[in-house]
Amino acid sequence: MASTQSTIRVAPTGPGTHKRVKSELMRQRLRAAGWFLVPMLIALAIVAGWPLLRTIYFSFTNASLTNLYGAEWVGFKNYLNWTVLKSGRVVWSGLLADPAWWNAVWNTVRFAVISVTLETILGTVVALVLNAEFKGRGIVRAAILIPWAIPTIVSARMWSWMLNDQFGIINDMMMTLGLIDHKIAWTASSDTAMIAVLIVDVWKTTPFMALLILAGLQMIPRDIYEAAAIDGVHPVKTFWKVTLPLVRPALMVAVIFRLLDAMRIFDLIYVLTPNSAQTKTISVLARENLIDFDKFAYGSAESTMLFLIIALMTILYIWLGKVRFDGGDR
Amino acid sequence: MFHSALRAGLFAGAVFSASFAMAAELAMVSGDTGNGLAFLQSQLKKFEADTGNTVKVVPMPSSTTDQFGQYRLWLAAGNADIDVYQTDVIWAPQLADQFLDLTDAAKDVVKDHFPSIIESQTTNGKLVAIPAFTDAPALYYRKDLLEKYGKPVPKTWEEMAATAKEIQDKERAAGAKDLWGLVFQGNAYEGLTCNALEWVKSFGGGQIVEANGDISINNEKAAKALEMVKGWVGTISPPGVLAYQEEEARGVWQTGNAVFMRNWPYAYALGNGADSAVKDKFGVAPLPAATAGDKPAATLGGWNVAVSKYSKHPEEAIKLALYLGSKEVQKQRAIDQTNLPTIVSLYDDADVAKAAPIIPQWKEVFMNAVPRPSAPTKVKYNEVSSLFWSAVHDTLSGNGTAAENLEMLEAKLTDLKGAGW
Repeated sequence: MASTQSTIRVAPTGPGTHKRVKSELMRQRLRAAGWFLVPMLIALAIVAGWPLLRTIYFSFTNASLTNLYGAEWVGFKNYLNWTVLKSGRVVWSGLLADPAWWNAVWNTVRFAVISVTLETILGTVVALVLNAEFKGRGIVRAAILIPWAIPTIVSARMWSWMLNDQFGIINDMMMTLGLIDHKIAWTASSDTAMIAVLIVDVWKTTPFMALLILAGLQMIPRDIYEAAAIDGVHPVKTFWKVTLPLVRPALMVAVIFRLLDAMRIFDLIYVLTPNSAQTKTISVLARENLIDFDKFAYGSAESTMLFLIIALMTILYIWLGKVRFDGGDR
Repeated sequence: MFHSALRAGLFAGAVFSASFAMAAELAMVSGDTGNGLAFLQSQLKKFEADTGNTVKVVPMPSSTTDQFGQYRLWLAAGNADIDVYQTDVIWAPQLADQFLDLTDAAKDVVKDHFPSIIESQTTNGKLVAIPAFTDAPALYYRKDLLEKYGKPVPKTWEEMAATAKEIQDKERAAGAKDLWGLVFQGNAYEGLTCNALEWVKSFGGGQIVEANGDISINNEKAAKALEMVKGWVGTISPPGVLAYQEEEARGVWQTGNAVFMRNWPYAYALGNGADSAVKDKFGVAPLPAATAGDKPAATLGGWNVAVSKYSKHPEEAIKLALYLGSKEVQKQRAIDQTNLPTIVSLYDDADVAKAAPIIPQWKEVFMNAVPRPSAPTKVKYNEVSSLFWSAVHDTLSGNGTAAENLEMLEAKLTDLKGAGW
């Protein structure tokens, strides 16, 4: 990536000079950049690459936590396997034939789509407000980041008290305002538990979206708005025709960050919801199999599948959305 | 203070016994909360003084699920930093390979404990952990209300439900609108496995998976038991009971809004606390049975002490485990913490009876304690339990009949069992 950019930048100087610059200065700079990258690449290989490869390896074995190192290779059995019964009936087993798995995939995707949509809309609104000039803007900008700064597990626990059916402040406030006539067991019943998780997630990550979008908004030159105002363009039309197209690259990057994050949701679900199939996400299911159920290999297969799903989504998103991470538009 | 005791211990060790010169630094984990940890430390101080070893306590979260996950990872990695683990009663078979066999070390004291508790800690003839204290639920009843309506303490579920219904209706008519007949733990979690096992077992429907590994849950008696409980939800028990764990049930009970409650002993002391609406107004009895004359069933809970096989000081660690399960410590625990002893004779101990009168009352409950099928299902217990409570929760919330759900459960368990547990 670094080399293509550099090549593009020096291209206008002509083919002859290009070759010379690249061979001397650029090569030197690239080499230096390479050395600077080495520590990070080594760190990444140790903390991300190796565990990932191990997980993928374990997913093809029959490993269990009680017998991690004596694992035997079983091929794709954890993913898909079949046995032919005496009657000739074929019984499918493995991850891809497991209803619990597909249920978790559906829960995760549903959560990711709803939460990211809400967060994008609210984040844009908040960013537009913060982009306006008003007194005390600095303080408001800092204050809005607080939910993002609190560790998720802490905010999850905090919200679980607030949402408690017996003495939670949410029920108390809604009862006082007359919005509900009986106390709702928010986090205990699987019907409302997903709503509770969505509320908390939106509360927590909207600031993150707002911040990334705000950065994009501030890159838009003011004179475009002035020109639009002089031409008498309606502010709503200005938003759709000027602001949105220009902020789109930043928005797309923000959305993908959130989407990847939402796909691996674990802590909120783990703390806030009962152990019910209706709210279990892929990460929760994988942890359950890895640790609680002593099906380490099966849990590894689930983790690997989650990795593949996220990788696939990212590639599709970048390709279809024509996202570029250097801030420009393709 | 700590250091002087330590020094004194080391000195005593050096003087009195050569083996004590090999004093070890041990580490143990504890998921106790509040004064539980302080109690443990006070007992450890004594151990340190007696043996010359030092013991470092690593505090853990109190949730057994969280502890289990952490311990399993440590043990899988062969972690030698922790010598002694406090283990839940259902863990023994799942972690048996990672702990030392205590059969020989404990051969003199085993006979003092309740046989059912020792059985729960024994896997393939190997004593995995020494019992430290135990837990068995009982039926909490409102003495004042039963007296008011001239009702005896119920012996059968049917009698309990009828009494609950009558008192609930009459009290509600008299103005106590929030009163319910019975609260229990109906949320989809390990607690529901405990509750449902009691219903099924007391109906003669077996123990889900029998000691020999046979899957017995799909039978008419079990289905009948679950259908009976389904009839309670929304009539004598609040609909929200399907989301209750121990604390939610206690919340309803302790505010005076329930006639009966199924819960563990910890609720006894709290129910008699100064801020409790039911202070001195309630009693405890064994859980009801299916028909008069039948044996009731109570699910066995409790904590034990196990020694990691990766320990660098196994001998000293075993000494510590035996000490924590000893009569001396258990007696002190019963007096200070109202934790229930696993040693039979302590239930007739005058000091214990004086300090914690509830404990002798519980002896009868223990005699009927039934272990969850953690021994036969070994490492698959958590999954078995999860499948069982899901089937029960589905039944109670009207998702299919008991017979249908139990049939499906049997199929899933058979699948899970495969060639053997």
